[in-house]
Amino acid sequence: MVGYNLVERPKKYFGLGLPNVDLNQLKGKLITIEGTDGVGRSTQIQLLKEWLEIQGFAVMETGWTRSKLVGKTIGDAKEGHWLNPLTYTLLYTTDFADRLENEIVPALRAGYVVLADRYIFTVFARTKVRNVDPQWIRDLFGFALVPDLVFYLKIDFNTLTRRVLDSNRMDYWEAGMDLNPGLDIYDSFKKYQTQLLREFDQLAKEFNFLVIDGRKSISRIQNEIRTRIIENLFTKEPVTWTEVVLHELEERK
Amino acid sequence: MTTKSMSNLNQNHNYPGKLIIAEGIDGSGKTTQMILLQKWLLAQGRRVFFTEWNSSPLVKKATKEGKKTDTLTPTTFSLLHATDFADRLNYQIVPPLKAGMIVIADRYAYTAFGRDTVRGVHPLWVRMLYQFAIKPDGAFYFKVPIEVSLERLLSVRMQLKYYEAGMDLRLSKDVVESFRLFQSRILQEYDRIVEEFGLKVIDGTKTIQEQQNEVREITSQLLEKKNGRL
Repeated sequence: MVGYNLVERPKKYFGLGLPNVDLNQLKGKLITIEGTDGVGRSTQIQLLKEWLEIQGFAVMETGWTRSKLVGKTIGDAKEGHWLNPLTYTLLYTTDFADRLENEIVPALRAGYVVLADRYIFTVFARTKVRNVDPQWIRDLFGFALVPDLVFYLKIDFNTLTRRVLDSNRMDYWEAGMDLNPGLDIYDSFKKYQTQLLREFDQLAKEFNFLVIDGRKSISRIQNEIRTRIIENLFTKEPVTWTEVVLHELEERK
Repeated sequence: MTTKSMSNLNQNHNYPGKLIIAEGIDGSGKTTQMILLQKWLLAQGRRVFFTEWNSSPLVKKATKEGKKTDTLTPTTFSLLHATDFADRLNYQIVPPLKAGMIVIADRYAYTAFGRDTVRGVHPLWVRMLYQFAIKPDGAFYFKVPIEVSLERLLSVRMQLKYYEAGMDLRLSKDVVESFRLFQSRILQEYDRIVEEFGLKVIDGTKTIQEQQNEVREITSQLLEKKNGRL
């Protein structure tokens, strides 16, 4: 046995789509992992990347605010607290669009498995809490590709708090301080993150997330993710050497 | 989704100030006209705030970088300009309107409807993107043929700018030809926009003074009327 192949399934957009992109060319797979801060998304992505590469797939990672175009602008603006909900939303959208068009789409075209640390759902949740019109956000992200799989690592508020406090200190934005100027950081964190968790539950239903209990051990979560990937994205039968050789011969003709 | 129901651009604002905007292709003379209008309003003792398209400090670096590295796509180009607009709306347009001032905007959301559509984004998407914009009290469109605008631009500066000429669309290797093709498409879009949003068309081939008289006439009608609009 050599490994598995990816199932072929056409890509879709959430809405009006992107100009100049032929969806039929996007042969790779887009897997996204959502979840609040401290849920272990990046650890899971590292393990997943390793495993997929061993299976023989080329893997690309992408994550929020990592775009070349506005990653730094977002950082600076957050530092200065100049953003209002609208500019906040639009900068995140720009960041996403830049990564989608300049990183994700080219990688999918080349047949990569793209692992996205957070996807548009994070913006849906964060902006809903900031009273931005949810329909507008959905229309705005109409150019986004529907992922092949969306994992949601779910934890409860108490676990979340413990993890955030264990790993670092609560920061201004993570605590939603822009929303609750009167509250101290813990109270603001509690209010904000509770609202976010509620929003994610709604989104999980609306967009069929694969929900995984984020309180389980790292390896159990990883196993669940791999099982789901094998079930949903891999061809049923592993590819044999014979098939590879036959395919190779076919290509040479 | 329909264009009409999505946009606040069809809904009057309730601020005590007035918002006057100018549209037109590069070289249409709109900036000259708006500066003259501002002079006249100031001379009457009115308080005026002037705001220009793509001028907020928030996305300046990003836009410059994107242009320099040629990594902007129609979508990110559109989103960066919308972010700029949202930032100016928040800091430069709404506060003076709330304070009862006259705000003059050199280009408004309609610029995006024209340019971004020509660059390839969906016309409905860009209208939806600017859903947060407020409706101007007076909107002028300075209409000129391509050759007139080209002549004006080339007589004051020797070169056309890369994005102004739509060179990113690779319509032609020749900058002047590319400008002609790109801006003609924008003119077509403007014709649609004028109808859709009821912009007041000013014939940009008339003399500066003739145009200004017309602009002042319309503006004073607007300012006389309480809650009046064009």
